[in-house]
Amino acid sequence: MSLLRTRGLTRRFDGLTAVEDVDFDLPEGQVRALIGPNGAGKTTFVSMLCGRIWPTCGTVEFAGRDVSALPAHKRIALGMAYTFQITSVFPRLTVAENVGLAARRVRLEGEGARLAQALKRVGLGAHHKALAGDLSYGHQRLLEIAMGLAQEPRLLILDEPTQGLTDAEIDAFKALVRALKAATTILLIEHNMSVVMEVADRVTVLDFGKVLAEGPPAAIRADRAVQAAYLGAPA
Amino acid sequence: MNEGLGKSAALHVGLIVVLAAIQFVLPEYHQGNLARIMVLAGYAAGYNILFGYTGLLSLGHALFFAAGMYGMGLSIRLLDAAPAPALLAGLAAGAVVSLVIGVLALRTAGVAFMIVTLMFAQAGYLTILLMGAYTRGDEGFVISQAQRVMWGIDLSDPVNRYYAALILFAACLLVTLRLLRTRFGRALIAIRENEERARMLGYDVFRLKLGAVVISGTMSAASGAAYGLLFGYAGAGFASVQYSIFPLLWVLLGGAGTALGPFVGTLFMFYLIDLSSGLTTAYMLVAGVVLVLVTLFAPQGLAGELRRRAWRWLP
Repeated sequence: MSLLRTRGLTRRFDGLTAVEDVDFDLPEGQVRALIGPNGAGKTTFVSMLCGRIWPTCGTVEFAGRDVSALPAHKRIALGMAYTFQITSVFPRLTVAENVGLAARRVRLEGEGARLAQALKRVGLGAHHKALAGDLSYGHQRLLEIAMGLAQEPRLLILDEPTQGLTDAEIDAFKALVRALKAATTILLIEHNMSVVMEVADRVTVLDFGKVLAEGPPAAIRADRAVQAAYLGAPA
Repeated sequence: MNEGLGKSAALHVGLIVVLAAIQFVLPEYHQGNLARIMVLAGYAAGYNILFGYTGLLSLGHALFFAAGMYGMGLSIRLLDAAPAPALLAGLAAGAVVSLVIGVLALRTAGVAFMIVTLMFAQAGYLTILLMGAYTRGDEGFVISQAQRVMWGIDLSDPVNRYYAALILFAACLLVTLRLLRTRFGRALIAIRENEERARMLGYDVFRLKLGAVVISGTMSAASGAAYGLLFGYAGAGFASVQYSIFPLLWVLLGGAGTALGPFVGTLFMFYLIDLSSGLTTAYMLVAGVVLVLVTLFAPQGLAGELRRRAWRWLP
């Protein structure tokens, strides 16, 4: 069964159509990578999924329910979590407070354990007392991911999570996604092809706001139209 | 974290104990001043909930202060109410007015929010002037000594008045500190720090901000009601734009987003004007220069600076 489903999802900004008529199905338990050249509409697309921006037309269904009219906080209450492409943490609060705010639905007594676990999973356990704004860029990215994990979502949307991470941190991230797979459906916007190839079950390619291709990673890599979109070579 | 909690409790309870004890040695003049400062610090504490902790800058809090003052004062003047129900009427007026203003003004943000709150407060001020038949407009009205006896305690007596002011201030301080320990309070800080992120973590940002406006407005109204009752007067001047600027100034000086800041700022500002006006008729010039210096060298306010330099745990 599809956990997430869109039909005819479209967003226009004045004259520009950022996302056009996208039908998208994401089955429960899958890790899906969303790729495409810069400006393909990836962030706009996921922003409409979680209610950050409203679509011009089209519908979003989550867990069998039409959520198109719901504001962001209600969709998140249903079990979506979103991590920002441009790091967006609470810089003047500590790492622990950041994750604590994310673990919103947990009773305060249970919070400590959940918090420690989320930080440990991304490898930030030792930094919980630091101010988020004092962390290195890579660590702030990891904090974003920890804030997503702390929500224990049914669907975790990660917008370019590995941007700015070191190779070692990227390896750790791959292992983390594999470990999460059993419990969470993941939608991942990613530019790093080694991450896409190793962790994604399926890949969707967006180009000029439309779905260009969809399939298993190996097939996508071999797809000539995808190569053309990325490299500008004639299809 | 718990260590900070102990220190914070010691500091704030300590302040209340010191304020309770100092009354015995203060000359009458300063005793009266301090009573006034404590009531106004309650007002500033209310302002601080919205400005310091939620990050919303209102320029219309005089409306809430006046709602409390007139809710209380008019119930005594027109309905001959006893002080306790009159105070409750003041609180209720503040809660209702802040709820309505909140629902309307929170449709805006940033500069627009400042202007909308300012305009509502001006409309409130003009309403008080227009309803002169009941409010006696600018001139205001006196609440007589006989009308200020609550549960057999004469609130016009300086010592009683001092302790009543202390109770109000302590209540505002404790509400602030308690609020910061709740999820609601922490969510307000999250909104101040990064509203979009808070929204995308699933917080209903509008409702949380509305809650902050109502708590802030009601606390301001409680102080307005207490001010009228303790000092026996209600006048339109308290609804003027000046009284919207005061709490902003006190909170900025004392330290926005610190529980102690509103009191520190109010005390500092009150005595700055009091002392400099004793020296020269150009006392506003002296006050202005000192304010510029504080802003330059303690941009986070006095208590904010203290937190930055020494007491990281200060809530």
